[in-house]
Parts: sequence; structure tokens; C-alpha cells
Amino acid sequence: MTQASEHVEHAHVGASTRIFLYVWFWLLGLTGVEVFLAYEHLGVKVMLTLLMGVSIIKASLIIAYFMHLRYERRSLALTLMPALVFVVVLLFVFFPDSLRLLHMRPR
Amino acid sequence: MASHELTGTPGKGFDAAVAQESAWSGGGSPYAIGSKKLGMWLFIVSDAITFSALLIAYSYARVASVDWPMPFHFWPSIIKATVMTFVLLTSSVTMVMAVHAGKLERRATAAKWIAATMLGGLTFIVLHALEWRDLIHEGVRLFQNPWGTPLFGAAFFTLTGLHMTHVAIGVVYLGVVATLFARGRLSSEDVEVSGLYWHFVDLVWMFIFPLVYLLSVRMG
Repeated sequence: MTQASEHVEHAHVGASTRIFLYVWFWLLGLTGVEVFLAYEHLGVKVMLTLLMGVSIIKASLIIAYFMHLRYERRSLALTLMPALVFVVVLLFVFFPDSLRLLHMRPR
Repeated sequence: MASHELTGTPGKGFDAAVAQESAWSGGGSPYAIGSKKLGMWLFIVSDAITFSALLIAYSYARVASVDWPMPFHFWPSIIKATVMTFVLLTSSVTMVMAVHAGKLERRATAAKWIAATMLGGLTFIVLHALEWRDLIHEGVRLFQNPWGTPLFGAAFFTLTGLHMTHVAIGVVYLGVVATLFARGRLSSEDVEVSGLYWHFVDLVWMFIFPLVYLLSVRMG
């Protein structure tokens, strides 16, 4: 009985380790994509949007797998994440003003 | 069975089975996690909002400025920052291994993995300190720099400084956890909670690296 349960535990750890290495490769790959993007000649608005998009994917991978949120009860994610997203969206309320300022500037 | 206490005495892990039972039956754990872990999650959310506010304020200034300095050469700045990203991501993986070893009660192994994580954190701090030294040497100060809008120095040093403070606190925190866990004075839940903090520090860098460095690369 104990031997069998130990065996199961080992198998579980092995599989998880592979998933974590897989996530690690993805995170490194996406970092490479970001560095590549930085040297493309794009406008600051397009660049900001693309880099933020890739970063949000990377952050989601870290939260879901490394921070284990995917394997917790759904109620935990539903309590924590909407509040965070809501506040961040509210912080963005003023952001369009930055583009307006840019156009108002004397050249 | 259902009357187990959930307070988590040192050395005794959190009883997940009991917590599962008690979700809607008057128990104190609708999330089926210990109170320390929930506390760390709440701290992480509030800290994430702090960093979001700083990063959005920085992005606002960055987009609205026509003469934002672009001082980061491919070598050494971008290469160095990419290596720092690699080091931090790898230290997150070693932290995951530490949490796993902790769950299996392999205390010495867990302490070794945490030590590897701390080494990653220290490497990050050293590389970043070199970056700061180079920029200060080039004349960047909090309120002035030789290239363009003076906001650059304030934004760079505030964002990376706050993040580096988090990394430094994390290294000390992990050192304490590794020592006490190896001596049997902490439970595997405590290792997991310190892991959450470390992954969060890694996560914040995933936003600082593209926003601060990659948006200000010097072409050609």
C-alpha cells in the first residue's frame, strides 16, 4: 500500500516537472520574441500594445503554473483576479490623454 | 474529523482534506487553502496594483514625451537585461522544485533548491547594480540626464529600484525559510507561500523588462 502510493507520488512529480520545464521554455521563447520586436521599426503605440500583449501572456503562464492558481479552487482565482483587472482598467482611464498631449505639443 | 483546527501549527502542514469538507458548512476555508497562503495572495494583489500604478504612470509619460531618451545599446544593456530575465525565470523553476521537495517532506533537498533560487536572485541584483553604475556613470540622475526629458531618470530608478528592493527582500525571506524549514521549524506550506512571493517578483520583471528596456533601445 505505501509502496504503491509512493509510486503514484513519484509519477505525479515527474509529470509536473515536465510541465514546468515546458512553461519555462515558453517564457524564454516569448522573451526572445519581445527582444526581436524591440528592433522592428514600429510606432510607440503599436510597440507598447504588442509588448504588453506578450507580457500579459507571460504573466498568465507564471500565475497559472508557477503560482499554481490553475490547480487551486476556481473560487480563489475568481476572488483575486477580477479585482486586480478592474483596478488596472480604471488606472488606464486617463491613458488616452497621453496621446492627446503628444499631439498638442509644439514641434 | 471536521473539528480539526486550521491554524497551522509549525511543522504540521495544512490539512487540505478538512478544508475541502468545510467549504459551505460553517468552516473557515472556502478556498481550501491555509490562511498564510491566502494572506500572501492578498498581499500579492495589492502589490501588483502598486506596480501597475507605477508602470502605467511611466507608460503615460513615455508615450506623451517626444524626447524620451533611448540609451540602451544592444550590448551591454539589452543583452544584460535579457540574461537577467533568464536568471529570474530559471530561479522561478528552481523555486517550483523546492516547493515540490517540500511537499514530499524532503527538507534538505528543498533547502538546496531554495539556495539555488537565492543564487539566481543574487546574480540578478549584481547584474542590475552594474547596470545602475553604468547609467550613473553616463550622467543619468533622478532629475537630469544628458539625452532628453529629465523624467527618464526618475522613472527608471523608481521602477527598477522598487523591483530590486523586492528581489533583495525575497532573497532574505527565502534564506530564513530555507534555514528554518531544514531545521523542521516550518511546514511545507510556508515554503509554498515564500514561493508565491518569489514568482510574483519574477512576474513584475516580465513587465519592467519590455516597458523600461525594450521601449528605449538604441537602434543601429
